[in-house]
Amino acid sequence: MTAATQTTRDAISERPDLRLIGIIARKELRDAIRSKWFWLWAGAFGLLAAVLANVALPGSQVSEFGNFGRSAASLVALVQIIIPLMGLTLGAQSLAGQRESGAMRFLLSHPVSRTEAFWGTFSGLAAALMATATAGFGAAGLVTGLQGGGANAGSFVRIAILSWVLAVTMLGIGLLVSTFTNRSGAALGTAVFVWLTFAFLGDIGLMGTSVATDLPVSALFFAALANPVEAFRLASLTAFSGSLDVLGPAGTYAVDRLGDRLEPVLLATTALWAIVPAGLAAFRFNRSKDL
Amino acid sequence: MIEIRALTKRYGRNEVLTDFSLSVARGESVALWGPNGAGKTTVVRCLLGLVGYEGSIELDGLDVKKFPKATRQKIGYVAQELSFYDDLTVLELLDFSADLRGLDAERVDSVIDEVDLADHVDKKVAELSGGLKQRLGLAAALLPDPPVLLLDEPTSNLDAQARDGAIRLLDRLRNEGRTLMVTSHHMEEVGMLVDRVIGMEDGRITIECDPTDLAERLGIRAWLQLVLTNGSTQAAVDILTEAGFTARRNPRGVLVEVPAQGKGRAVATVQHAGIEIQDLEVWR
Repeated sequence: MTAATQTTRDAISERPDLRLIGIIARKELRDAIRSKWFWLWAGAFGLLAAVLANVALPGSQVSEFGNFGRSAASLVALVQIIIPLMGLTLGAQSLAGQRESGAMRFLLSHPVSRTEAFWGTFSGLAAALMATATAGFGAAGLVTGLQGGGANAGSFVRIAILSWVLAVTMLGIGLLVSTFTNRSGAALGTAVFVWLTFAFLGDIGLMGTSVATDLPVSALFFAALANPVEAFRLASLTAFSGSLDVLGPAGTYAVDRLGDRLEPVLLATTALWAIVPAGLAAFRFNRSKDL
Repeated sequence: MIEIRALTKRYGRNEVLTDFSLSVARGESVALWGPNGAGKTTVVRCLLGLVGYEGSIELDGLDVKKFPKATRQKIGYVAQELSFYDDLTVLELLDFSADLRGLDAERVDSVIDEVDLADHVDKKVAELSGGLKQRLGLAAALLPDPPVLLLDEPTSNLDAQARDGAIRLLDRLRNEGRTLMVTSHHMEEVGMLVDRVIGMEDGRITIECDPTDLAERLGIRAWLQLVLTNGSTQAAVDILTEAGFTARRNPRGVLVEVPAQGKGRAVATVQHAGIEIQDLEVWR
């Protein structure tokens, strides 16, 4: 044993170390980039985004939005399907997969705390998801720009940033799912169920419930915010159209009731959705007794 | 160096360790020996803080629960299941491990040479055989040059030649003054590597002894295969049976059951009868 390693050993702190979080994040990002699934998702998302932008731009007057509006609305629809599926499945399989295979025990046999292991994993996967979203928005932005739709670049960037927030939200929820099981297959199944609930059943269920129970308009709006995918959609619509009139009575209610506070409320809601599930997942992972 | 007091561990209602206490001195090597499910691996995982437990564990004076990172910094660990990150290459995995411990690339190169993995550094972990994975596990454990080595069945996946090499390496590490805790099923390995054996069953210590006494204390018997000159096999069986041994012929000569610590008397009995023993093997 050398004096150098003795010194390193004695100097170690129990507090979270950003250097260790960064090392784990780099490994997770590298793993994701090497995965064929990553390229498949990124390629499919980029391609679909470019196609949608191309189809939406030429002079159809079907929508009340302008050309950019149609392009953005198409992108939002695409994002709210693909990004949640990616984030949920990636997150759900991550911790459960590492626990199932024993790799998490290998990682935590190092002087690495569970907090560092969690946030390193989270950061690396979040970066991979953001890269995928950026690829999609980059492709769509290129097509939009080439066809003269660059005047709304600011709104476009805001929606791209919101899609990052949605990616982080779904990753957090996926990781939260992952803390409930050591089996990767079970985590994946649960993640797909959660995705279906958020992406489809939430919307349909909300409409059905409002019809069946005669839900007040105000409750309908706030119930929509309880679904992170809906919260993203509302924030995105506000970002590129400036209003929620397109949503009908619930949108009109929200605009009338919240006025200038509408956008901050929507942004705060999406931010909360990004923070709370990841925080809960970190808490549960930290408190789990056995690995 | 290691102080375990009243360690109790439950998985649900199943108590896998019960009031387990053990003290290991600095530089001492100890084997946890026992059947599957005895609780050996759980002791190791408790030491690493990978599982929750009741009782207390101190490593070099540090409470494992209060200082998990500091205690793990002092430990090199080889897991029984040898699970790493399958998509990384050997070199990438060791670089990752070294980064986490704040070690430089030179240390990685040195350890690769030490465990003879230089020809495999570009292979993905998933492509490695069980023996190579075991060497990789040892390499990762040795990276920090740790004062304590926890080895959970360190040679279980190795062939005979690789096992000899690993035992020589571990013996050298022990002689360098490290504290070793080994779990093992192999009595020969235990005999060669450790100063003290802790026998375990159902989460409790059942026996504590010198490794040379283990087989005798446990009443374990061995089989001695005697390879004899042509024509003397039946005579040897008769002589051995007369002397109280259980012996029988087989295609290679004579197979005789002996106490683990009493093999010499069977050999002497045959030799005193004037029968030449060409070769012998011990089976357990």
